[in-house]
Amino acid sequence: MPSRTLQLLCVLSLLNSSLFADWRGFRGSANNGLPEETVKNWDGEQEIAWQSDLPGRGLSSPIIVGDRIFVTCSSGSLQDRLHVLCFSSKDGNKIWQRDFWATGRTVTNPTTCVAAPSPASDGKHIFAFYSSNDLVCLDLDGNLKWFRGLTYDCPNVSNSLGMASSALSVGDKVVVLLETDDESFAAGIDAKTGETSWRIDRPERANWTSPAPSSDGKHVLMQSSKGVSAVDVATGEEVWNYADGAATQPSPVVVDDVAYIASHGLTAIRPGKSNTSVPEIVWQASNINPAVASPIAYDGNVYVINSSGVMVAVTQKDGERLWQSRLQGKFSASPVMAGGKLVALNQDGTSIVVDPANKGDIISRLELNETMLGTPAVGSDGIYFRSDNHLFKVSVD
Amino acid sequence: MNSLFQAVSVLTILAAFSVSLLAADSAKLIETIQAVNKKGAGHAEAVKAVQQLQAMGASTAIPILKAMDNANPLASNWLQGAFESVADQALRANELSAKDLEGFVLDRTHNGRARKLAFDWLTKVDKTAEERMIPNMLDDPSSPLRREAVAQVIQTAEKAKSDDEKEFLYRKALTGAVDRDQVDKIASSLKKLGQTVDLVEQFGFLTAWHVIGPFDNTDMKAFNVAYPPEKEIDLKATYDGKAGKVEWKQYLSDAKDGEFDLAELTEPHKGAIDYAITEFNSPSGQEVEFRLATANAWKLWVNGELVFAREEYHRGMRFDQYIVRGSIKEGKNTFLLKVCQNEQDQDWAQRWAFQFRIVDESGRAVTQAE
Repeated sequence: MPSRTLQLLCVLSLLNSSLFADWRGFRGSANNGLPEETVKNWDGEQEIAWQSDLPGRGLSSPIIVGDRIFVTCSSGSLQDRLHVLCFSSKDGNKIWQRDFWATGRTVTNPTTCVAAPSPASDGKHIFAFYSSNDLVCLDLDGNLKWFRGLTYDCPNVSNSLGMASSALSVGDKVVVLLETDDESFAAGIDAKTGETSWRIDRPERANWTSPAPSSDGKHVLMQSSKGVSAVDVATGEEVWNYADGAATQPSPVVVDDVAYIASHGLTAIRPGKSNTSVPEIVWQASNINPAVASPIAYDGNVYVINSSGVMVAVTQKDGERLWQSRLQGKFSASPVMAGGKLVALNQDGTSIVVDPANKGDIISRLELNETMLGTPAVGSDGIYFRSDNHLFKVSVD
Repeated sequence: MNSLFQAVSVLTILAAFSVSLLAADSAKLIETIQAVNKKGAGHAEAVKAVQQLQAMGASTAIPILKAMDNANPLASNWLQGAFESVADQALRANELSAKDLEGFVLDRTHNGRARKLAFDWLTKVDKTAEERMIPNMLDDPSSPLRREAVAQVIQTAEKAKSDDEKEFLYRKALTGAVDRDQVDKIASSLKKLGQTVDLVEQFGFLTAWHVIGPFDNTDMKAFNVAYPPEKEIDLKATYDGKAGKVEWKQYLSDAKDGEFDLAELTEPHKGAIDYAITEFNSPSGQEVEFRLATANAWKLWVNGELVFAREEYHRGMRFDQYIVRGSIKEGKNTFLLKVCQNEQDQDWAQRWAFQFRIVDESGRAVTQAE
């Protein structure tokens, strides 16, 4: 191939990738519910651009790499067929599908299913993770890189209600958090080979929260019933530990050096200065109670959805309550941000756009009319929702 | 002419040589992948091997499928991923051989999941395959293929005009059905026709057990305490229990879903442990799956050997909740269960029960010899 043509292709490729903002894991590339790129000029009105069929159930979030959307599903009588699918963001056409068989337990509460944890990506690979604790690495074209069966390795790492903690791609590792009433551990898996770089014991108590990276990507925050630990991504060594208990469903959100966690209501903590192994409590708001959905922080405020389906806004600085807005419904999906607006998806499949700059006024509601428990993904020109049957793209431009 | 003949001969030999080299290379790569095992064993080599294998073209498709016959569940998934990559490339290049795939699917000696995989890709190049092949798979040893055949018969039954025809078709579907959702659907349809399905027999639940207890499990401290039934099995013995002497008693559950409800059959003790033992007369020695459902912490011994232990309380009780692979011998086998109840007082934390059955690798219930 002539070098000039090659150069042109490289430039086009770079240009093409720069046109798209990725959403590489549960609650986005930074695992905080915020998109890589702010959608401009979106008025908050929602319109379905396309919808595509899915071959199985799932609560996992779609993820976005370039112009491709990746979704995981599970199917079969025992939910033991595992699927990874790749769609075109432009028109929803399926580009490829890969199927695997679960090697770990697949029993779950009927509300959830085996495709509950969200996949993750480092921009070059997809790390698909399931309640059976099977972890699959594929390249963006669907070629297999490696496959791990973490419950096949350790048969008592399982939960009869199902697991839900999402995989986290950070640095050269894939971090997984496997906490059950029996054997429990967290591991840093080498993204290139699938080998275990480090493994640490974790509390033996069922937990569904997902690990979240620190702002500099050097540490991973692991929240469990006992509290929150910050762990060194490279070594698995604990850096600091907040030992005052925490919720087991909503995951932490990190802004700069402060983590907002569901503990004694809502608690803001940051690494300690005098004693670096114990974090400093910045504030606690005992009357702000995140339910299943994780908190999200944006533009100086933190937003949570409580068990009554009410979104509450507090300041990041001191937890002062600013406003509350009744959204209606139950929420399993975590809220995300698109174009400076909050998008909350209730379990009935109603996508609700909330204006944070106007005391939580509801701008629009879109009835997708299917049960939806997975957190949506935000791309450059659309928001992606998934149910047990379909993947939807809702235009935001 | 002579030199042309020589040139063609040389090229033919070279082509044959390169094909055999390719086959030898792919065989070596497949072996490397088959060596993958628990905790990342063999990954360093297998990661390179799978990358090379996926670039070798359509000729590797059937050898990869065949390799799934002798692969552990992890390696089997590696091979499945490699096959799909190769098959996808071949499909796009119009090089995926329907004939080869169909030959593989029809050979019932191959791994059931590999045959299902081959079938799925066959249907992409032969739109008649499903209609031609599935009706003949109601007795197929491949569980996922048989499931499709059952689904097809159910669908036909739903459209049948007369009740007699419906009943005949649902009964036919039941001969192949092992999955809970399909059996439930058939049983429910037959019920509307005034027919019943014996679910205990269909799923092979073991419902006759000798039980002894309660032993003390206050504060959930006795999961790892070995009470006398873990040391000896003497159905005539008496031991000190939580509230006095205890002895083995025989119970038969008549629950339609095969549940053996300790709280109901004995007493709803809290902070307690019961042991249940039963015998199973197997017609042959075989690899099986022990399938258990319980909301309680439990241990299972098969012929005196501990095969699994799980310390989890009240996270629900669901059909086939635990699947433990193991083996049974020809003739008499003994299954001993330790079923632990804690002291939670919530309404939803009162179950002290189990369902237990044994299935073969296709999911079909293993039944006792006469």
